[in-house]
Amino acid sequence: MELFTNQILAGIATGAIYACMALAVVMIYQAIDHLNFAQGEMAMFSTFISWQLMQWGIPYWGAFILTLAFSFAGGIAIERLLFKPLAKAPILTNVAGFIALFAIINSVAGLIWDFTIKQYPTPFGSHPFLGSQLISTHQAGMIGVTVLLLIALYFFFQFTRIGLAMRAAASVPESARLVGINTSWMIALGWGMAAAIGSIAGMLIAPVVFLEPNMMGGVLIYGFAAAVLGGLTSPFGAVIGGFLVGIFENLAGTYIPGVGNELKLPIALALIITVLVVKPAGLFGRPIVKRV
Amino acid sequence: MPVATSRVAIASAAFVVLAASSSGALAQKKYDTGATDTEIKIGNIMPYSGPASAYGIIGRTEAAYFKKINAEGGINGRKINFISYDDAYSPPKAVEQARKLVESDEVLLIFNSLGTPSNSAIHKYMNSKKVPQLFVATGATKWNDPNNFPWTMGWQPNYQSETQIYAKYLLKNKPDAKIAVLYQNDDYGKDYLKGLKDGLGAKAATMIIAEESYETTEPTIDSHIVKLKSTGADVFVNITTPKFAAQAIKKIAEIEWKPLHFLNNVSNSIGSVIKPAGYQNAQEIISAAYLKDVTDPQWANDAAMKTFLDFMTKDFPDGDKLDSGTLVGYGVAQTLVQVLKQCGDYLTRENVMKQAASLKDFRTEVLLPGIKINTSPTDFAPVSQLQLERFKGEKWELFGDVISADAGG
Repeated sequence: MELFTNQILAGIATGAIYACMALAVVMIYQAIDHLNFAQGEMAMFSTFISWQLMQWGIPYWGAFILTLAFSFAGGIAIERLLFKPLAKAPILTNVAGFIALFAIINSVAGLIWDFTIKQYPTPFGSHPFLGSQLISTHQAGMIGVTVLLLIALYFFFQFTRIGLAMRAAASVPESARLVGINTSWMIALGWGMAAAIGSIAGMLIAPVVFLEPNMMGGVLIYGFAAAVLGGLTSPFGAVIGGFLVGIFENLAGTYIPGVGNELKLPIALALIITVLVVKPAGLFGRPIVKRV
Repeated sequence: MPVATSRVAIASAAFVVLAASSSGALAQKKYDTGATDTEIKIGNIMPYSGPASAYGIIGRTEAAYFKKINAEGGINGRKINFISYDDAYSPPKAVEQARKLVESDEVLLIFNSLGTPSNSAIHKYMNSKKVPQLFVATGATKWNDPNNFPWTMGWQPNYQSETQIYAKYLLKNKPDAKIAVLYQNDDYGKDYLKGLKDGLGAKAATMIIAEESYETTEPTIDSHIVKLKSTGADVFVNITTPKFAAQAIKKIAEIEWKPLHFLNNVSNSIGSVIKPAGYQNAQEIISAAYLKDVTDPQWANDAAMKTFLDFMTKDFPDGDKLDSGTLVGYGVAQTLVQVLKQCGDYLTRENVMKQAASLKDFRTEVLLPGIKINTSPTDFAPVSQLQLERFKGEKWELFGDVISADAGG
C-alpha cells in the first residue's frame, strides 16, 4: 500500500512536468491548429538563455522575466519569418518546417553550450515538502505554478478582449476577419504565448532533469500524450492529462509484471492512439463539428 | 706485425659484413596497406556531433598527441597520419566511416573508435577484413574475446571487472547487504549487472533484492528511485550514464534514503556529474578508478601529471584539462605509440595485433600507481586493475589496494 501511494505521489510530481509542457502544446494548437514538434527544443533554448543570463550575474527572477520576454519575441519572430509564408501550404510542408526547426535549435544549442549536463537553480529549494519524502518543495512549487498559469490563461481567454479575439480567430477565422480582427497577428500572438509558456515549463523542468540540449526529447512525447488525453482544445484538460499520464505511467511501470519498465514510453504512445480512436476530442476537449 | 694487423682487419671486416647481412635479414621491412617507409595511417571514429559529442574531446586529444610525436620525429622515423571521422554516435554511420577508412583511405588499423553501439556495428566487419580494431573506447566485456574476434581489443577496464570488484568489497565488508540495482536497459547496463552477479556468486540471489531498469527515453528516473527505496535496501548499485546518475544522486538525497551507494566509473566525473548533482548529496559514495584525477590535489606535484599538463598547455591549448576525456585520450594514445614502437619495421596488421597482445608491465603515467598494462594472446584486456575510491568533500579519496579482475567476453 505504501508503494502504491508513493508511486501516485511520484507520478503527480513527474506529471507536473508533462502538464507544463502540455499547456504549451495546447496553446500553439489553439492558435494554428497543428502540433509544433519543435516546441520542446524552443523551451530548451529559452532555458539555456535564462541559464546564460544567470551565469552573467543576473538574479533568478530577473533572468526569468527577461527570458519570458525573449521567448515571447522569439516565438513571434519564428512565426513571422518561417511559418507565415507557409500558412497556405499543405500540412506536410508545415510538419517538415517543424522538424527542421527541431534539428536546427538542438544543434545550435549544442554548439553554443555543449552537451554536458548543467545544474539549474530552483527558486523553491529542493527539500522534502511538508515532511513528505516523495515530493520536494521544487516539485510542489512546479505544481503551484502550473495551476496559477492555468488560472491566468482561463481569465485571459474568458475575460479579455484580446483573449476573445484570439479564440475567435482560431475557431472561425473568416467571421473573425469580417468583424475586424487581425487574424494573422492573432496567430503570431499565439506563437509568442506558446513560446513563453514553454520557457516557463523549461525553467521548471530543468532543475529535475538537468539542463542539456536533449532534455526535452522524452518530455515532449509525454506532453503530447497529456494534451491529447486531456483534449487538444482545453488547457484545463491538458493539465489534468499531464497528471494522469504521470500517474498511469508509474503504476504501469510498477505493477505490470516483467515488462512494465521497458514499456513506459510505448504506454505514452499507446495512450495517444487509444484516445484518438476512442474519444478524439480527449477527456475535456470540445468535439470539432464541421459543416459539410 | 703488419701482417697480423691486416689479418685482424680482414677478420673484423668479414665479421662486420656478416653481422650487417644477418641483421639486414632480420630487419627486412615488411608492410601491409597503410604503412610505408615514411608514414603510418591510423583511422579513428568519434562522436564529434550528436548526443555523445562530449566524448569527442578524446579524439581531439589523440590528434594533438600524434602531432607532437610527429614533430619529435615520429615512430621509428615514420610520421603518423591520423584520420579521424565523425559518426555522431550512430552505428550505421560508424559502419560507413569504417568502410571509408579501410577501403578508401586504406589505413593500417582503426584505433580507439568510441561507443559500444558503434563498435558492435563494425565488430564483424573489422574481423572479416582482418583489420585491427585496436583499443576501442568502450568498457564492454565482449572486446576481450581473442578466440572469436582476434582483431578486436579494448583498453579500459571492462564493466564486468568493475562490478566484480564492488561485489568483492561487499562480500568482505557487508556480507548481509540488501542490494538494490538500477541499470540502463541495454548492453552496457546488463554487462555491469552480470559482473555484479558473477562477483557475488551463489549469494547473488539472496543479496540482490531489487533490480530495476530504465530506458534512456525517460525524462527522469525519480519513480525508480522511489520504488527501490521502498524495498528497504541498504546498498544501492547505480549503473547509469551521467545525466541519470546526477538525477539519482540528487533524488536519493531529496527523499532522504541513505544506502551505501556504489556509482559506476562511467559516471564518476566530478565536473559533469557530481558537481551538477551537488557535492553535499554525493558524500560517501563509492566508485572505482584507474586514472589519476587532474582535480585531485594529491597529484599536484606528480611528475607524470606535470608532463600531461605541459602537453595540454603546449600542444592542446583549446582542450579542457579538467575533462577526464583528455586524460583518457593521452593514455590510450601513448599505449598505441608503444605498440607501434614494438612493431619496428615489421608493420603488418598481424604484427600490430601480436605486439598489442604482448605488452608487459607497460605503464602510461596517467594510470594510478601500481596499475600496469599486461596483455597476452589469451588476454585482450589491457587495463584490468582498479582501485576503490570514496567521495569526501569535493573530491574522490582512494582507499584500499589496487584490485585485479579479469573478466572475458
